[in-house]
Amino acid sequence: MCGIVGIYLKNKKLNNSLGSLLAEMLINMGSRGPDSAGFAIYNDEKGEKLKYSICINNLDYENFKKELSEYLDDADIRKNSDHVILKTKKKANDVLKILKDHFKNTSLVGYGKSIEIFKQVGSPNEVVKKFNLNNYSGTHAIGHTRMATESAITTDGSHPYSTGEDECLVHNGSLSNHNNLRRKLKKKGINFDSENDTEVAAGYISNHLANKKNLKETLNDGLRDLDGFYTFITGTRNGFAVLRDEIACKPAVIAETNDYVAIASEFQAMAHLPGVNNAKIFEPEPGVVYSWGS
Amino acid sequence: MELDLKKLNLRNVNDKLQNLDRKKNERDFTIINPEGNHAICAGLKNEMNVTIKGHVGYYCAGMNQKANITIEGNVGTGVAENMMSGKVHVKGNASQSAGATAHGGLLIIDGDASSRCGISMKGVDIVVKGSVGHMSGFMSQSGNLIVCGDAGEALGDSLYETNIYIRGKVKSLGADCIEKKMDKKHLNKLKKFLKDAEIKNFKAESFKRYGSARKLYNFKIDNSY
Repeated sequence: MCGIVGIYLKNKKLNNSLGSLLAEMLINMGSRGPDSAGFAIYNDEKGEKLKYSICINNLDYENFKKELSEYLDDADIRKNSDHVILKTKKKANDVLKILKDHFKNTSLVGYGKSIEIFKQVGSPNEVVKKFNLNNYSGTHAIGHTRMATESAITTDGSHPYSTGEDECLVHNGSLSNHNNLRRKLKKKGINFDSENDTEVAAGYISNHLANKKNLKETLNDGLRDLDGFYTFITGTRNGFAVLRDEIACKPAVIAETNDYVAIASEFQAMAHLPGVNNAKIFEPEPGVVYSWGS
Repeated sequence: MELDLKKLNLRNVNDKLQNLDRKKNERDFTIINPEGNHAICAGLKNEMNVTIKGHVGYYCAGMNQKANITIEGNVGTGVAENMMSGKVHVKGNASQSAGATAHGGLLIIDGDASSRCGISMKGVDIVVKGSVGHMSGFMSQSGNLIVCGDAGEALGDSLYETNIYIRGKVKSLGADCIEKKMDKKHLNKLKKFLKDAEIKNFKAESFKRYGSARKLYNFKIDNSY
């Protein structure tokens, strides 16, 4: 099953309540995905430093911080439960290598200038509380509640998946050609951390974007190359996009007002949003890419 | 009587409506704050009027018998699924599988209905004032599906004896679905549906009728789509 949610703010006055709006959406989708939850928040930070969202699992935070500073002298680290946000000016490839070579027990869940990702096993209610989602502000956010069907219930198996700078993907559905596609993408140098089908779709999108295709072109190609059932929400630094497969068995509903665009698997996830009863509410058509921002 | 879903839980509200206190002569109900809940007004079996003020989730008014239910908002998947009789009126848009497997009654949708509207319908009459999505009328067996707007891909795929009337464009017809002649008796029937749904701006003559070519009734080795 799984539940997916997303909200893109048009009115900056709502930026401070982004976290609390998304939190309620995630909790309301707990009925569709009780075993794990996660979210990506874009907060439009203007700086040169890249931010890395890292799940340190059971590692001792102080030890991790100390060890990391041996490799990164400008490391600026902030803790949030079992995740840390690392900021550094070092090049992304170098940081990724350091994490891979020396911190094998951690998982990099995403990185970028704007994005922060938190995901963990547990009910959406627990996950939202654990990471204090209510306190976050930002411009747009995407979330997922998981009912695992094709790979294990682990942090690595939960969404959102991020395989490129400031990119992320959540997915309701299942892909049937992910093993084949994973092999092809691995040959092109894309790394995967799990056996999960959604991670392959995320890698596919990142590979396209890296080849100078825009998000709309990428998703239109995805209609041809990704086989299976899906409703996707994919986030980029400045916006997000929604795509449903052409059979459209997986639900989605969009509510748009002058202040925001929200998308969720079911309307009940959005019932609390301000002014939603007067919003333009519609179901995204199958095989059509919808995007906001850029 | 007003029933507030913020104060009462869904099960209590449905229980009250499903088991009307016959000693009281109360037959008019308004449900407020539906907030996208699923299965609101499922399984009602008495004559009564219910107005739901707001958007609802899945399977609203499912299995309805005799009740007259109006939803002043959008509905999720499977509105009036397996309805037996009565009337369900959606003032907004409907998600997929509206009126699925319904045996009787009248379902009116003022907005659009998405994919698989009237899937496997078995005698219900469905009037959609907007358009319907792909595979509408899929394996539909009996009843009437009237669409004032357009129809998506594979309309009426593998249908049996449902009459489908479309005013706008049909993207494509499904297997064994063909356009049929509109006889006077069909026109008269259609006029009645348009009147029941209070549609005054479209004439019955502007619709086209679709139905089964009846070529899938018996197995033929070369049937393919």
